Amino acid sequence: MDILVILFPLALGLGLTGLAAFFWCMRSGQFVDLEGPGWRVLSDEDLRADPRAEPHEPR
Amino acid sequence: MSVHQDLSVFVRHGAGGVAGMELAVEGMRCAGCMHAIENGLAADRDILGARVNLALKRVTVEWKDGVLRPEAVIERLAKLGFTAYPFLPDGERDSDTREERRLLRYLGVAGFSAMNIMLLSVSVWSGNASDIDPTTRDFFHWLSALIALPTAAFAGRPFFESAIRALRAGAVNMDVPITLGILLALGMSVVETWNHAEHAYFDGAIMLIFFLLIGRYLDQLMRRRTRDLAGNLAALKAETALRLLADGSTVVMPIAAIQPGDRVLIQPGDRVGVDGIVETGESEIDASLVTGETTPQPIARDGRLYAGTMNLTGALTVRVEAAATGTLLDEIDRLMARAVESRSRYVKLSDRAARLYAPLVHATALATFLGWIAFGLAWQQALIIAITVLIITCPCALGLAIPAVQVVTASALFRRKVMLKQGDALERLAEADLVVFDKTGTLTLPEPELIDRGAIPADRLAKAGALAAASHHPLARAIAQAAGAPAPAGSVTEHRGLGLSCLLDGREMRLGSIAFCAAEAEAARVAAQHPTASLIAWRHGAECTVFAVDQRLRPGAVETVQRLRELGLELRIVSGDRLEAVAPVAAALGITQFQAGLKPDEKLQQLEELARAGRKVLMVGDGLNDAPALAGAHVSISPISASHLAQAAADIVFLGDALGPVAESVALSRKARALMLENLWFAVAYNFVAVPIAVAGFATPLVAAAAMSGSSLVVTLNALRAGRGVAGKRED
Repeated sequence: MDILVILFPLALGLGLTGLAAFFWCMRSGQFVDLEGPGWRVLSDEDLRADPRAEPHEPR
Repeated sequence: MSVHQDLSVFVRHGAGGVAGMELAVEGMRCAGCMHAIENGLAADRDILGARVNLALKRVTVEWKDGVLRPEAVIERLAKLGFTAYPFLPDGERDSDTREERRLLRYLGVAGFSAMNIMLLSVSVWSGNASDIDPTTRDFFHWLSALIALPTAAFAGRPFFESAIRALRAGAVNMDVPITLGILLALGMSVVETWNHAEHAYFDGAIMLIFFLLIGRYLDQLMRRRTRDLAGNLAALKAETALRLLADGSTVVMPIAAIQPGDRVLIQPGDRVGVDGIVETGESEIDASLVTGETTPQPIARDGRLYAGTMNLTGALTVRVEAAATGTLLDEIDRLMARAVESRSRYVKLSDRAARLYAPLVHATALATFLGWIAFGLAWQQALIIAITVLIITCPCALGLAIPAVQVVTASALFRRKVMLKQGDALERLAEADLVVFDKTGTLTLPEPELIDRGAIPADRLAKAGALAAASHHPLARAIAQAAGAPAPAGSVTEHRGLGLSCLLDGREMRLGSIAFCAAEAEAARVAAQHPTASLIAWRHGAECTVFAVDQRLRPGAVETVQRLRELGLELRIVSGDRLEAVAPVAAALGITQFQAGLKPDEKLQQLEELARAGRKVLMVGDGLNDAPALAGAHVSISPISASHLAQAAADIVFLGDALGPVAESVALSRKARALMLENLWFAVAYNFVAVPIAVAGFATPLVAAAAMSGSSLVVTLNALRAGRGVAGKRED
């Protein structure tokens, strides 16, 4: 059962990482707008700012 | 004439010379609008960034300080096809957002701990059933304690703080038994673990905190969302005033930026946005939104003007004043304080349940303790059993029973364009047995309309409409609107206090007072048909018509009154308007009990008398004069067109012109209350099963966990029924 001594801290550590990620999301305002980002993904407009995408864009 | 606008109060100046402004955008519904706004603004060199919040229908725009005037941002948005209104984030909203984030943080920590402790607990339970090594079990228990104790100290704070507050005030709320349960469960578990015992209740305590925090968070979420959208609506109303500068020029400024002492110009047809004293000018004032009185009143130099009134005939210069003593506003303020005091006696359903529940549960636990000692058990063991009774009865389901129903009902109401400002308003609304309506602006629409349209030839209406379109007078506007808002006729002359005239086909065409158009005979006939209407005459050569303009009933008013009656509510009208204006409205709606010409204090007095007689009054009103009555009633509803103070005092605000939401709210709230009671009764039934098990000493942590999560699930699922199955159309 000695393996538990390693496994439990590991499990806890993973859980804490998740919690830290959640806090980081909150701090960076990811829960402020729950509708917009879902649609923002579909936008291609940001490609225009990227020079490498230039050839694909009709000007 | 282009008017210079000044919106600098809304601009926030950030670090690095970046200026920002938040705007509420009208008509932003879909992702397409979002892209159009963001890309449209981003294409502009001066604008550093624009970010849309689609959930709140707002956009935050940032630009380099000094490069751009804030008005230009609105112009640019207008070019993109969106009307935007600047938005001033208020302190209350910030504190609400902070509270919500705090709860979400607690919820995250409690959820993390609950999962990890359950992982350990399940191992212990299955180990207990087979052959767990006592050292391993102790190790698991200590690990649980290591997670549970800091979590409880952190995430349990909302309950501990509220319990302490209640106890200090000498009262008992639901958080007192919750706090006691959590603390005892944790304390006992530590002692048990120290003694190498089989059972520890760390999982139960943390699960309790987690479930209850969900209830709290839902509650907070609902309140914040309502407030945000209400804030948008306030911004969309876009109240501005024309401020007179020292050099005689004028600037359009938002009301928020106007200071006492400023001079403001109020054009005929404008709604007054400030309180103040008239300095120059003469006019007539329609104070129906303030006092309920629909007859225009003359006003001249040194007259007092209130926000919410409408300037009818002449331009006025007004010196803005803060509410001074002895004015109407002061009187209303005083009445409001009295009204709020009289209402605070209401005890929420959950607190009432807690009052019954806490002593009962604590007595049971004590009886268990004493009973087992009498039975011959050692006091330590008796104490453990008594504490398990407290844990198992801990109001997990009770904590969710009411907020879950409130949240589901609030969103159902929201789809029907009704905004709930306070969760407990639902309970109070469900109890109402008498509806008191204000007339002006509540049963009737705030803007007057042409009511004898059928009797008027279409060509005459078109001609009169074109002439009327040149004026801002509300009666003229009603005619222009009835004619389909045509382009104004050319070269119109305005005759002050009389009406308008212009030349058409070589003859003079007039629109205005009866005498101005020499239409006495015609007017007498129309007046007989529409005794309460304001008359406005039109003459073109020999042709002469008299229009009757009156405040029309809100759409759906008759059906709503009928529906409220079917719901078993008694109806009354209490108005500040003249009896002659109130009686026909009451007759049209079939309401037999009505009173007219009441002052604000008389309205409040009426409500207080009814309350003393044991009636639960639902007040529906919109005027400044209704505000004390709205605050003092058992529960109150306002239309969105209501004055600020009235809206602030009301528990519920509905959008749109139709009166239908009033009846729908009552129906939904009754259903919600039934579900809340159902949930509470379920909690009682659950205790009837669980308590004997605990008293007998069979409540192992496994039983406690199963009972707690099972009951919470049942209560939540039951709450989900709140939004469904009530007759009435949905708006989505």
